[in-house]
Amino acid sequence: MHDTAHAVHGAPTSFIRKHVFSLDHKVIGKQYYALALLAALVGMFLSWLMRIHLGWGSFAIPGLHLLSKSGAPGDVMTPEYYLQLMTMHGTIMVFFVLTTAPFAAFGNFFLPIQVGAEDMPFPHFNMMSFWVTFVGFLVLVTSFFVGDGPTLGGWTQYAPLSAIGSVGGPGEGLGVILWASSIAIFCIGQLLGSLNFITTTLDMRTKGMSLMRLPLSAWAWFITSIMGLTAFAVLMPACILLILDHVAGTSFFVPSNSVINDQVLPHSGGSTLLWQHLFWFFGHPEVYIAIVPGMGIVSHVLITNMRKPMLSHRVLIYSMGALAVLSYMVYGHHMFVSGMNPVSSLAFSFPTLVITIPSTIVVLMWLGSLYGAKLRINAASLFALGFISMFISGGVSGFFLAQPSIDIMLHATYFVVGHFHLVMGVAAMFGIFAGTYFWFPKMVGRMMNETLGKVHFWMSFVGAYCIFMPFHYLGIAGNVRRYQAFTDDYLIPLIPVHKFITIAALFTGFAQLIFLYNLIHSRFWGAIPPNDNPWEGTSLEWSTATPPPHNNFGDKMPVVYHDPYQYSVEGASSDHVMQTSPEQLKSGNDEK
Amino acid sequence: MAKLFAVTIIVIAIASAIPIVMHIWPMPQDISTHGHLIDEQYSDTMWEAGISFLASQFLLGFFIWKFSDPEPGTKIKNFPGGAAGLVIAAFLLVGTECLALGVFGVKAWASVYFTPPAADAMPIQVQAGQFAFYFRYPGPDGTFGPLHADQISQANANFFGLDTTHDQDSKDDIVTAEMAIPVNREIHLLMHAEDVGHSFYVPELRVQQDFVPGLDLSIHFTATKIGKYEIVCTQLCGLGHYNMKAYLEVMSQEDYDKWIKQQAALQ
Repeated sequence: MHDTAHAVHGAPTSFIRKHVFSLDHKVIGKQYYALALLAALVGMFLSWLMRIHLGWGSFAIPGLHLLSKSGAPGDVMTPEYYLQLMTMHGTIMVFFVLTTAPFAAFGNFFLPIQVGAEDMPFPHFNMMSFWVTFVGFLVLVTSFFVGDGPTLGGWTQYAPLSAIGSVGGPGEGLGVILWASSIAIFCIGQLLGSLNFITTTLDMRTKGMSLMRLPLSAWAWFITSIMGLTAFAVLMPACILLILDHVAGTSFFVPSNSVINDQVLPHSGGSTLLWQHLFWFFGHPEVYIAIVPGMGIVSHVLITNMRKPMLSHRVLIYSMGALAVLSYMVYGHHMFVSGMNPVSSLAFSFPTLVITIPSTIVVLMWLGSLYGAKLRINAASLFALGFISMFISGGVSGFFLAQPSIDIMLHATYFVVGHFHLVMGVAAMFGIFAGTYFWFPKMVGRMMNETLGKVHFWMSFVGAYCIFMPFHYLGIAGNVRRYQAFTDDYLIPLIPVHKFITIAALFTGFAQLIFLYNLIHSRFWGAIPPNDNPWEGTSLEWSTATPPPHNNFGDKMPVVYHDPYQYSVEGASSDHVMQTSPEQLKSGNDEK
Repeated sequence: MAKLFAVTIIVIAIASAIPIVMHIWPMPQDISTHGHLIDEQYSDTMWEAGISFLASQFLLGFFIWKFSDPEPGTKIKNFPGGAAGLVIAAFLLVGTECLALGVFGVKAWASVYFTPPAADAMPIQVQAGQFAFYFRYPGPDGTFGPLHADQISQANANFFGLDTTHDQDSKDDIVTAEMAIPVNREIHLLMHAEDVGHSFYVPELRVQQDFVPGLDLSIHFTATKIGKYEIVCTQLCGLGHYNMKAYLEVMSQEDYDKWIKQQAALQ
């Protein structure tokens, strides 16, 4: 813990060092946010194209041929192009939105401020982490425009399809190499970022800021960064091995005697399940990398709007920690029917069921804390409450998928798609929105339009349920995922459900355009916040200027006297006591 | 607005449950001897998950209704029993639920994977390749001939790469594009992937198993109802994945005997 104010690096003077290659964690946080926003728009656009195709397969989408002549002749999507767009949708959303926005964007901007630091300890690494991530995004998007387009193998890129080159299908040669390169580059960015987050939390806390005095959002980013450091460290070499199978004649993931087009492939001795093990060892922690920051953000936003602390700060922290630890022990539930030893399936099933305990505790802490609150309803708190609803809905379906016997029926169906979209997609997005409406004034010095924010919420909340609940029904009926059309006899009666989902997806997507308008309009013309603490918060970001100065706190570093959430404290001078307030509290909300 | 939100949450929760309760889009009928174990496990889980879902959403809606936009001067209240009560409840209730589901679930899983096929189970080999399934019956000798990857030829319809000139066991093997089985007879399905990963999914049979290139697996099952069902691929295998399917015909023993004779004559 440091206790003296010293500039880690001086304030930049040139435009490039201030706005482009900036060392300032706040600028980097905004850059990550902008990248995530761009990626989310691309990902959502792709999902629209997919959904239109699934609802009305022969419909010509005007101008689609401009994206790919061979993929959309006459503006009608080919089967392979559907898979290519689907793969890019999943990859962009998981890596460049759900990891980037709640963790890298908000974490970069607010973690140093919430711990009371001038910046992160390795600002050059921090700048590099963003630009490396940005390059990763460019490499991925490049695959749209080169060779025969992006890979069609899904965001999980199962081998050997992903490892045998262009004989596997369109995009399986150069497309896969670009995909794996992009993800490996992305991993480097996240490793650098995680290193900074961990050291910031452990070494850069200001005077009086013990670990237990950190807000829940800071704890969530800290826990996530530990997961990031270990999970991305496995995915990166896996991607490198995959690239080697393409370019160096190795056979890490391709076994002997595989035959395509009557030709025996020149590979031998590889293991197809090895890729699945490596991928899911990253892949399941990734679910929590996407959702734990949302848990922290939502808790932070809710507490401020409930005017009371969580039932137990400590229990929430321990629960998030338990989720992180258990997330490494459950990954095999993605592989129940993969051919893995069936005894292993039971071994992975048990911790998968057990992980519902900390998840339930988190939900009960939120619900128990709402009891007796003085809840303020605004766009931020609506999204935070919506997050809880989505997390519950997505979470309960996990009970089914945790059990190998039921997975026999539901594996690779839309039930899985509904489950993970609700629990790590929509819930995480709601966390991002809650954080955006809440912190926007601090980040840019303007308020967002509340009315538009509430319209955005209502359309998103109802729309998301209309999209993702029916996915579960489709899955129960045996609707297989990753099909570009439903030609099987038993799937044909389900097509009207797909049409309904498509309409709901277009409706919900439109709501996101309202958000985009609100974001851009408010950035330039939004109301000026009435003061530095418009929501009457207590943590350190609300005790500094709006937006914060280059070194976050000006000339004097803050000193912390209290736990983070001193709301409605009996006998206090107001309903909230800032962490920096030296006011003596007779019965504060300090952890015992 | 808070009250409208609370009502919306509760309405959405109820509306979400209706298609499940009313069986609007039900699970396909079960035609296997082991399927009832999976279905019972699914049903138990649906009860537990359904109650958790409805109770949590109702509670969320109720608390939003009751505790938002309070009158000025209202004091906050703490949840009776505090965090400790809820943590203990979570451990006891969810822990018991997990334990029960985990323990009972083993039975259904074991019925598929830990019970060896009967000695008289009928062996059939299935090969998955982009984007078709092919089936092989061992013929009168009851033995499959070896596969030769380098002899696989679509043009010569030698889908399995059999060497019927040199391999005695291959001579009477019967290769088909459709799978037919006798009703109430255990089938021992030997799975081989020709190229990339695929999967064998027959929802009515309550069977789903991936094909793993380089690793031949087997499953066994008994179909109990005569009829025609679809075998579909659930493992993304390339551009024709959505169209990769075959039919499974469950026949009476007499019909099956006729069918296999016809197929043998076509070889």
